[in-house]
Amino acid sequence: MNTSTALAPVAGIRNEAAAVNGTEEQYVTFTVGSEEYGVNILAVREIRGWTPESRLPNLPDYVRGVINLRGIIIPIFDLRARFGGGATEVTRRHVVVVVQVGERTRGILVDAISDILAIGHDAIKPPPDVDSGLIDAEYLSGLYTADDRMVTLLNVERLFAVEVHEADAPAKTPPALEKPV
Amino acid sequence: MEDLSRFKQTYFEESAELLAIAEAGLLRLAPGEVDMDEVNAIFRAVHSIKGGGGAFGFTDLVAFAHEFETVMDGVRNSDIPVTTPLVDTLIRANDLLAQLLAYAREEGEVPAGLTDDTVAALRRIQQNRGAAPAPAPAAAPAASAAPAALPDEEDAEAGIFGDALAAINAARAEQEPPADPAALPEDTAEPGRLRWTIVFRPRGDLLMSGNEPAFMLRALKRLGEAEITCHLDRLPSLQNLEAEQLYLSWTVTLLTDPAVGRDRIEDVFEFVADECDIAITVETPPAPAAMPAGPDAAAPVAVTDPVPAPATAAASSAAATSAATSAGVPAAKPAEPGAGKSGGARPGGNGGADHAGITNHTIRVDLDKIDRLVNMVGEMVITQAMIAEHVRELPQGQFQELLEGLEQLAQHTRELRESVMSIRAQPVSSVFSRMPRLVRECAAATAKEVQLVTSGETTEVDKTVVENLVDPLTHMIRNSIDHGLEPPDERERIGKPRAGTVHLSAQHRSGRIVIEVTDDGRGINRPKVLSKAIEKGLVQPGASLTDEEIDNLIFLPGFSTADQVSNLSGRGVGMDVVRRNITSLGGRIGVYSTPGEGSRFVLSLPLTLAVLDGMVISVGEERFVLPLTNIVESLRPKPADLHGLVGKCEVMMARGDYVRLVHLHALFGIPGAERDATRGLVVLVETEDGSRLGLVVDEVLGQQQVVIKSLEANFRRLDGVAAATILGDGRVALILDVAGLREMSRHTDPQDDAPRDRSAGAVLAPPPAALPAPRQRETV
Repeated sequence: MNTSTALAPVAGIRNEAAAVNGTEEQYVTFTVGSEEYGVNILAVREIRGWTPESRLPNLPDYVRGVINLRGIIIPIFDLRARFGGGATEVTRRHVVVVVQVGERTRGILVDAISDILAIGHDAIKPPPDVDSGLIDAEYLSGLYTADDRMVTLLNVERLFAVEVHEADAPAKTPPALEKPV
Repeated sequence: MEDLSRFKQTYFEESAELLAIAEAGLLRLAPGEVDMDEVNAIFRAVHSIKGGGGAFGFTDLVAFAHEFETVMDGVRNSDIPVTTPLVDTLIRANDLLAQLLAYAREEGEVPAGLTDDTVAALRRIQQNRGAAPAPAPAAAPAASAAPAALPDEEDAEAGIFGDALAAINAARAEQEPPADPAALPEDTAEPGRLRWTIVFRPRGDLLMSGNEPAFMLRALKRLGEAEITCHLDRLPSLQNLEAEQLYLSWTVTLLTDPAVGRDRIEDVFEFVADECDIAITVETPPAPAAMPAGPDAAAPVAVTDPVPAPATAAASSAAATSAATSAGVPAAKPAEPGAGKSGGARPGGNGGADHAGITNHTIRVDLDKIDRLVNMVGEMVITQAMIAEHVRELPQGQFQELLEGLEQLAQHTRELRESVMSIRAQPVSSVFSRMPRLVRECAAATAKEVQLVTSGETTEVDKTVVENLVDPLTHMIRNSIDHGLEPPDERERIGKPRAGTVHLSAQHRSGRIVIEVTDDGRGINRPKVLSKAIEKGLVQPGASLTDEEIDNLIFLPGFSTADQVSNLSGRGVGMDVVRRNITSLGGRIGVYSTPGEGSRFVLSLPLTLAVLDGMVISVGEERFVLPLTNIVESLRPKPADLHGLVGKCEVMMARGDYVRLVHLHALFGIPGAERDATRGLVVLVETEDGSRLGLVVDEVLGQQQVVIKSLEANFRRLDGVAAATILGDGRVALILDVAGLREMSRHTDPQDDAPRDRSAGAVLAPPPAALPAPRQRETV
């Protein structure tokens, strides 16, 4: 059931990239439709094949549901839907990028993994001044040009922060008990 | 640095346990029947806390523990008689010790004067100690000074140090060991008694670990007739003398009954076994004749048996006076870095075997690590179930070996799961042991006489359950003493023993733990409860309630029968909170009462909070789990049972009451679900406050134990959802929160509240008669 994929090639590319000098950081990039996105490799815990999710009620369509990751329950976010592209029609070839955001582990549903890039800080361009009604620039950490492609670097901490209200800070089940008297 | 803090952590954890041991022991301590083992256990606990505290430099703590220890030493010495005021003082001292530990842990400043009163009380006890031969005045002024880490000891030491010091000059002058066994009074060595020679050479830093040789020497003296000689061969010149170092060593010749074995002597040195060299030798009677006249202790050594080699070496080196320099002594003993205070380095390990066993056979593990293990085993069980599922689809008659292997795997995983779960299990005694204290205090506050009887303390439950039991039990026991038991005079008048009995018991029953609190008091005053409930509008006037229903009124929020607020209860928080706590643990509570004879509260709880008894239901493609405790029954309504309520919502007639129906598919927006309740199923559920709801679902798939997983750890809380779980096929299912569902359905359709015309009976919890048995009735 836990079909972890793509880890071996990832490791290979990583070593190659590690040879480049230290001011660079590595990004895992993936595609959604014709667009390419990247997240810092340090946030990525693993990449796994799609497994059917369990739906969560009454949430925006980009919260696909939850899956069982070796005994813990993690939510899966649909990146396409997050950017208004509608829910992804999943196939067996779709991929979930499991990222660690602070204390929390989450999965991001994307079409395919495309690359691992070593990107220097200088090479990252700020997002253009777009109408904030169009894009909330907060969750973009910059743009990068790889050959002739543009890679949108994501700030995963912010990207899905909308759903995780800090008022609901993680609590352990069962909830704290009231003290009698 | 980090290492040190880890040791500190361990010290605090151990201290907490030791404090509990000491407290339990103190509570059992009563005038008259003093159990010396108990007293020793308390002494050892306090001593260990002091010793560790010394190592970390908690001076306030050490100073206080020292006073405490001194009194305990007097008790075990039978110098100090056990009286009720003494026990009270010692309990207070134990509390203070806990407080000081807390300050040490938080690295906070201990408030000035915190310990003054108790120290003064302890000192008074020390000074009044009966058997001490008493030139006390000299010691008294010293005792009033700031508590010192070293004994401003009582007079018993006068003999030990006094003689030695007096001997110093002579010994120096002659360059001869003052130890001279030949000088022993011969008359004491009568036949039938054993003559032990104990050479005790502490390492120089013994005092820094909070140990006190005087205690040990005194303890030896108690075992028989002792002749103690102090060796000064390591004593440096005054210029080189470091005040915190210990330069003395001792030879003790002890005449004892044969009943006193080597164990008893070794026990005296239990705490210092790896901080000193001890040689214990024994001579069999008749002693005096066989005894060589020479000062050399090597002779008795030769006669004796199983003394371990290093100890023997130490013994002879001790006798060989100046040859044994401080450098030579540690070398004589195998170095055991990190051996801690376990019995590993103890000479002649027989005596300490049982103690050593306790320390060596347990291990402290971070709970997170165990949780991870539990998770992994859970995953494995699921995977195993999945494989079994697939294998079942294979053609019959083939793969025989695979099937057999799988069978074995299933058995192993089952055992593995059980043993992993049992790692977290803890006997309820850790909670029960706190209750005598509570009973004592409650009895004092209410001027009642109470006897607490406990049974089933060894029943094991998951750690989290045990922790969560404290509050409800505390409240129930207070309740029993305050409301249940009559005052002693009244009891006498009605022919009951003056002292009331509260019985606390635990037992396993059909996969749950059942805890009962029984008292032999007056029972629930039903007329009073009923009139109170009517007064508060909880029950309509004129409603006829069964006795059981009346008894259960005490669980309603805001209910209190106390006429006035007492110290103990009646602050508006009461049994309703107890019930809420219990239900949030997945448990149930019931009360049974007989007027004039007493009441019995019965708690039934799951053995672990990690697992929940649930009913798996399906709605469309989705599956959910409903906690079994919420389910009353499930049924398929006939069209005649369903009615619209002012065109807004649907209600169903169920057992004489109208219950509002909630369509889960509508609430959760699930496509493809059954919309018609007469073709699906209605699961009648009930919240903790007793209100009911009919959940319309497609199907009830069956009852199952599920492992509770947090949804919040990686996501967030969701309305109507309590947690999540993983089903046998590896998929996630949400565990529904019935109270939350009711709230949601109200918000979505605010006008459609539950029917208002329900009788008083409907507000009540269901009769608890069927408590231990599963409560749902399957009518599917």
